[in-house]
Amino acid sequence: MSRPIVIVNASLYGEETASLLVEDGVIAQVADSIEAPEGALVIDASGLVALPGLVDLHTHLREPGREDAETIETGSRAAARGGWTAVHAMANTNPVADTAGVVEQVHSRGQEIGLVDVFPVGAVTVGLKGEHLSEMGAMANSRARVRLFSDDGICVYDPVIMRRALEYVKTFDGAVVQHAQDLRLTEGSQMHEGEVSAELGLAGWPAVAEESIVARDALLAEHVGSRVHVQHLSTRGSVEIVRWAKERGISVTAEATPHHLLLTHESARTYDPLFKVNPPLRTQDDVDALRDAVGDGTIDIIATDHAPHASEDKDCEWAAASFGMLGLETALGIVQKVLVDTGVLTWRDVARVMSETPARIGRVDHLHGRPLAAGEPANITLIDPNAPWTVSADALASRARNTPYGGIELPGRPVATILRGEPTHLDPRLAPDTEGVPA
Amino acid sequence: MKHLLSTRDLSRDDAILILDTAAQMAATQEREVRKLPTLRGKTVVNLFFEDSTRTRISFEAAAKRLSADVINFSAKGSSVSKGESLKDTALTLQAMGADAVVVRHWASGAAYQLAHGGWLHGSVLNAGDGTHQHPTQALLDAFTMRRHLVGSPEGAGLDGLTVAIVGDVLHSRVARSNVHLLHTLGARVVLVAPPTLVPVGMEPWPCEVVHTLDEAIESYDIDALMMLRVQRERMSGGGLAFFPSPAEYTRLYGLDADRLGRLPDHAIVMHPGPMNRGLEISAEAADSPRSVIVEQVGNGVAVRMAALYLLLAGEEGAQ
Repeated sequence: MSRPIVIVNASLYGEETASLLVEDGVIAQVADSIEAPEGALVIDASGLVALPGLVDLHTHLREPGREDAETIETGSRAAARGGWTAVHAMANTNPVADTAGVVEQVHSRGQEIGLVDVFPVGAVTVGLKGEHLSEMGAMANSRARVRLFSDDGICVYDPVIMRRALEYVKTFDGAVVQHAQDLRLTEGSQMHEGEVSAELGLAGWPAVAEESIVARDALLAEHVGSRVHVQHLSTRGSVEIVRWAKERGISVTAEATPHHLLLTHESARTYDPLFKVNPPLRTQDDVDALRDAVGDGTIDIIATDHAPHASEDKDCEWAAASFGMLGLETALGIVQKVLVDTGVLTWRDVARVMSETPARIGRVDHLHGRPLAAGEPANITLIDPNAPWTVSADALASRARNTPYGGIELPGRPVATILRGEPTHLDPRLAPDTEGVPA
Repeated sequence: MKHLLSTRDLSRDDAILILDTAAQMAATQEREVRKLPTLRGKTVVNLFFEDSTRTRISFEAAAKRLSADVINFSAKGSSVSKGESLKDTALTLQAMGADAVVVRHWASGAAYQLAHGGWLHGSVLNAGDGTHQHPTQALLDAFTMRRHLVGSPEGAGLDGLTVAIVGDVLHSRVARSNVHLLHTLGARVVLVAPPTLVPVGMEPWPCEVVHTLDEAIESYDIDALMMLRVQRERMSGGGLAFFPSPAEYTRLYGLDADRLGRLPDHAIVMHPGPMNRGLEISAEAADSPRSVIVEQVGNGVAVRMAALYLLLAGEEGAQ
């Protein structure tokens, strides 16, 4: 029997102030004032923003296979501290999540840890090799109930395989989640192809290598009447193609990552592989286009592409380093910094792009991204928008340390995360009578 | 100056100081006893992650003629091997008390990382990192040009000279280093290359670009013509090729006797070596009296002596 929680005077969606009673895993009551039941955990939420628990559509938990970089447990803890109540775990593990067995294992391990709902994303092709479709039906019908399929890390490059995958996932209302990267145009690529790559002598990753695949996949999705989700849009051109596709009525959704909304290719000048990511950091003009596109809805969601790497894969030459950076614990602070504090998004919009819409794309909207209303599942994130903090790699919950934001100040942070009525992250200042983060 | 990593970091005064110092070093090499006591007690490590016998022996000769102790460290690593070795190697060298590390590496940025990674305290001298920079090559090129083309070289730049650099600019650290150094010294730089071998994003570089060697010879009053080494594997191999064939490259970009004859009389021909005779340069051009290619090698030692001297002897004064 879980302890009731009373959240007093939270600003719901950053708007009106109300109190919430959480009992038995659901929001039992929303009212101006609530009398706390016996033994309830009372959280003074004055000045805090309450949002539905955040849903990440793009997370690498590295288990099974690279438990030295992250485990489902450490990644779950990082997620909870970042305000997430659900994450979608990418398939590029070892073994690859291309069978019902692997996705069920990942899903049940997530449930066992209980800090965040882990929804496995299945591989589109066996072994991510791009040759044969994986048994998507078996994964969809497994206990993990997979709805999203992606070879993320690698593009589903063969147009025939992509077409077949788009057609096939209609069987179970799934979607193909595409890492848009023309493989031939990016052989050996290290960073955005432009003025900085020319000067640094690092092989370029041209914007067109992303844009051509985004365009192709939008057209394929239109042709077969299916649903495609484009991961980590990074260029102005991709934004324009997605905008065009949506105007045409094509069922395409798109995500942007916090790092593509904040950082540019100028960061590579230090040759610090912490800034090496795929797709690469682009120009300020691209960053501006992405921010506008999140604002006008062309980009549907923010997703982290949280990509832990062991230190030896980052503490080396740029060209030898792995692509990717941590993101779960810093995402909300960055979104506040670059989108909320700049007036591009309201907190209501943040609920849409970081909870409601990702839940809908992932077809988990019966569980997550629900309204903050009586009778709904108690998945809640409380944010203190006036709690500036400086990111320190050593203070993060992830096993890996590869954050590019060390030393950067962010304006706010999640101070409590509640999953089905249980606090999974609780800043000790909010509830001095508890132990903070539960075990 | 603590490190020498990129010619972009050099001011005109820095560059001229290095060239003037190199001239003094070169003068000492005419003497009967060529060894100077300047860096006695200093340890210079030649750290080579990529084979380059020429560059290594040039640095080795430079350091030895300044009486430094020289350690040659060959740490061959392929692009697939993980770079932990860079960090560990740096820590090792730090523990051994290297005063200067001369580094050649296949990865762009490796010299910068070595200098700024916090792993070692000595000076880092970039002897070529990936397709990024090779500053002493550009300095020795500038030194050679100044000797041949400037009336009273001491204290002078390369003002008013026109230098054409021909070939694979995309993959060339020599081209990148030269563009900025020559511009800093007042020269006009013309890059001559097929569009496939010019990097996207080089528009801000202080230089002009033409796409055939004949056009360059016709349109510019060239004082120095620098032929870059071309790798044959870039000429064929289907989609990986940057050019249809070696023969076509030679026809459009090769320096032969005919093109040599159309250069101004005073123009010099340069090549960083090793040459592909018959590909980017014909034997007549390479061996002609206008070729200063062998002299470049000798000047390399003087320029590297100057760089080591300024990095290492300079710090005495600061202490």
